[in-house]
Amino acid sequence: MRRMKLAVTLCATALAVGVLLFPSTGRTADTIKVGILHSLSGTMAISETALKNVALMAIDEINAAGGVMGKKLVPVVVDPASNWPLFAEKARQLITQDKVSVVFGCWTSVSRKSVLPVFKELNGLLFYPVQYEGEELEKNVFYTGAAPNQQAIPAVEYLMSEEGGGAKRFFLLGTDYVYPRTTNKILRAFLHSKGVTDQDIEEVYTPFGHSDYQTIVANIKKFAEGGRTAVISTINGDSNVPFYKELGNAGLKATDVPVVAFSVGEEELRGIDAKPLVGHLAAWNYFMSLKNPVNDAFIKAYRAYAKKKNLANADTVVTNDPMEATYVGIHMWKQAVEKAHSTDTDKVIAAMSGQTFKAPSGFVLEMDPTNHHLHKPVFIGEIQADGQFNVVWKTKDSIRAQPWSPFVPGNEAKQSM
Amino acid sequence: MRRRAGRSRGAGPPAENPLRALRPLLLALLCLRASAVAAVDAGTLAKLASGEWGEKIAAIHELAGAADPAAVRVLQALSQGALDRAGGRVVIVEGDRVLDAVTLAELKPPPEQRDPIVVNNRLRRELEGVLAALRLLEPDRKVRLAAAQEVTRALSPVSAPLVEKALASEKDPEIRSILETAKAEASLKNTDPAARLAAVKSLGASASPRVRALLAHLLDEKAEPDAGVRREAKASIAKIDSRLAWGELVGQIFSGLSLGSILLLAALGLAITYGVMGVINMAHGELLMVGAYSAVVMQALFRRYFPHAVDWYVVAAIPLAFGAAALVGVVMERTVIRFLYRRPLETLLATWGISLVLIQAARALFGPQNADVANPRFMSGSVSPITNLVLPLNRIVIIAFSLGVLTVTWLILNRTRLGLFVRAVTQNRPMASCVGVSTGRIDTAAFALGAGIAGLGGLALSQIANVGPDMGQGYIVDSFMVVVLGGVGQLAGAVGAALGLGVVSKFLEGWTGAVIAKIAVLVFIIVFIQKRPQGLFAVRGRSIEA
Repeated sequence: MRRMKLAVTLCATALAVGVLLFPSTGRTADTIKVGILHSLSGTMAISETALKNVALMAIDEINAAGGVMGKKLVPVVVDPASNWPLFAEKARQLITQDKVSVVFGCWTSVSRKSVLPVFKELNGLLFYPVQYEGEELEKNVFYTGAAPNQQAIPAVEYLMSEEGGGAKRFFLLGTDYVYPRTTNKILRAFLHSKGVTDQDIEEVYTPFGHSDYQTIVANIKKFAEGGRTAVISTINGDSNVPFYKELGNAGLKATDVPVVAFSVGEEELRGIDAKPLVGHLAAWNYFMSLKNPVNDAFIKAYRAYAKKKNLANADTVVTNDPMEATYVGIHMWKQAVEKAHSTDTDKVIAAMSGQTFKAPSGFVLEMDPTNHHLHKPVFIGEIQADGQFNVVWKTKDSIRAQPWSPFVPGNEAKQSM
Repeated sequence: MRRRAGRSRGAGPPAENPLRALRPLLLALLCLRASAVAAVDAGTLAKLASGEWGEKIAAIHELAGAADPAAVRVLQALSQGALDRAGGRVVIVEGDRVLDAVTLAELKPPPEQRDPIVVNNRLRRELEGVLAALRLLEPDRKVRLAAAQEVTRALSPVSAPLVEKALASEKDPEIRSILETAKAEASLKNTDPAARLAAVKSLGASASPRVRALLAHLLDEKAEPDAGVRREAKASIAKIDSRLAWGELVGQIFSGLSLGSILLLAALGLAITYGVMGVINMAHGELLMVGAYSAVVMQALFRRYFPHAVDWYVVAAIPLAFGAAALVGVVMERTVIRFLYRRPLETLLATWGISLVLIQAARALFGPQNADVANPRFMSGSVSPITNLVLPLNRIVIIAFSLGVLTVTWLILNRTRLGLFVRAVTQNRPMASCVGVSTGRIDTAAFALGAGIAGLGGLALSQIANVGPDMGQGYIVDSFMVVVLGGVGQLAGAVGAALGLGVVSKFLEGWTGAVIAKIAVLVFIIVFIQKRPQGLFAVRGRSIEA
């Protein structure tokens, strides 16, 4: 009897599960799952939370306009908690368990390097939205941020030009990990090619989270006595705040020694009193202060989204370069899926080449047919007292990315997939 | 002592607004030349508005060369970002009013479409130099002094004659000596070797690293053909070097003390909770965070309700930081820690859990972004007692604050009844209980005191470091390092350890770089603790058991 009862229960359970599952499988047929892999806690939460928000906003936008091929996008948000190995674990979960068609995510190069093997093994698709050091080209990744020749090199060229102050000496200051080290290696080779000798280049690194910049600022001052000096900062994360504070308090003005930063944007300046920083520079492919209709609409949409979702500090939200890159990436992926009539990874990768999108930077960005990077314009902005950037230099056209820098020996033959 | 950098653009207080400072000069000039209003050339303005950078600089020189009040007004507006392009003309924006830059007539209605004229660093440097040179004739000595210092930063062909002119009428010795240096610098480029020789000689009296670099340039045969001048330059450099060496040493010691004072403030609370009470409080960093957020809250309140006295938010935040952190401490102690005394492992885990809760609470309350904490005016900028020694004011204030907190803590522990009970309970709990001390209440009070002091530390940290939900994580290791190195059980150890670590790591950093210095300090501490587990200062006798 008891066995009978058990069988009945089992049958009933199976039926119930089936009933429960059926409509949900029915629904997956007209939805597409999209993974979002950004740290929402830990040290990188400061920067990455905004990327998650803008990704969700873009997805809402696409859904409101009818979805992709008539299917609604369903975001799957996970939190890898600024923990590099956890990134790989969460990526695997997104692809195998949640069966997402594409993942938008990562910020630091470390996290990207940690998820790469997963995407290669499972043939997933990752859109990476942040400027980085290059020296990488993977079939499963689209890089919507800048390669070194789309950010670092134009910035240094500007500093050396007369209008940028005609710098003769360079103080390369960075956090001690792969991105600054590689970027500085490329920059050193570039400076050599411009005739700057090693005695006019100083390279200094600090640990992650370093907060006492007294000695370094004193050294910059001393170094600057030898001639027109510019500081090239690849300091990452919130160490920038104490660095700039020390700079301001030590009376080192941008007119004496300009600092150009590659990881400081509008979002980072929200945590700083920007008045002492007026005139210091940043190089990006997008600034919130750019005036064009697409950007106006983008900013307006994000502000409205922040208010609607009641994000923290919703009335002061800003947009920045990686957010724009995320937004462009999602829209380009949508276009590619529609062109390929499929969400299959290989078909989408093929359809991505040559995609164009009218971006908030005011340019029509194009995905390079061969190297998985966007052609991007470069802007150099000076910090204003309100934490926004005043564009003082820009490229006329978009620049093709060189993920393998020609200034690193042995890279000549590696320019495309 | 001279104040510097307080005058940087935008950071300067309204009273130091250069436009206002210039007003007497403008009035005087206006009286002299009543018909000077239309002296600004429209062609020059057009170049300024839409030319290439080079043309813009030429236009600035033209305007400054005219030394005319209307031209000065245009330059002022440009340096403040108040010069706009509107259609075909250039306008000055003054509050709600929009003036035509040529006629200075108010435009009604103000033009709709206005784009600010962009200024970059090169232009800004030129502008600052020129405007400073124009201020050299001001009646106010302070303004002249600042202007003279500013002029030496960016000498241009336009400012050189203005410097000459100012020297002719200047009586103040300090300003004179600055201007003399500037003049000598300018004549280093003179083609007459005798003039150069005189300039090099007079520059030997300077103590500025910038002058040294200029002279070092002359040592090269290609740059300086005259051997006599080269020899003199060498002598002058030697003189300057001996002056500079002092400044450098003092600067290094100062930065060591400053780092030490910060370590001390971070660790002082822990020296009580861990050092005296023996509680391994992993949430100590979050108590610092609570203190730092008190500054954020106070700043917001002041900005909202007392915008005139906004600088004093720091002072008002002192009781709040202490109170808030102490309150958190009391709640922690009453609800969790008191059940875990003498069970260090459980305490460690429980307080670590509390720290996570506090971080997440801060994230929910204030958002995951770092909060913006502005230094009040009396804490921004720096003083410069010697030319190459710049002491940031915020660091000086923090050193003084840490001394104050230390004194008060010491007084409480050693001169009050509460302190007596705390020491009694930590030294011998059953005996203290026997003679009628309510040990439970004393535990709570002592923990609250430690937590409150941590809150004060956090307040100080908010002035130089990041304020964010997980800021505390960065200080917990340093704090334990200081307390363990100093020796458990008393304050003197923590003081010695904090200052020692600060000075040692700053000297190491100057020598090996920040990364190696950090490693070296950790290795040093490990070795030291191996050799001397009781720390720098051990409490002798029977006081510490187990």
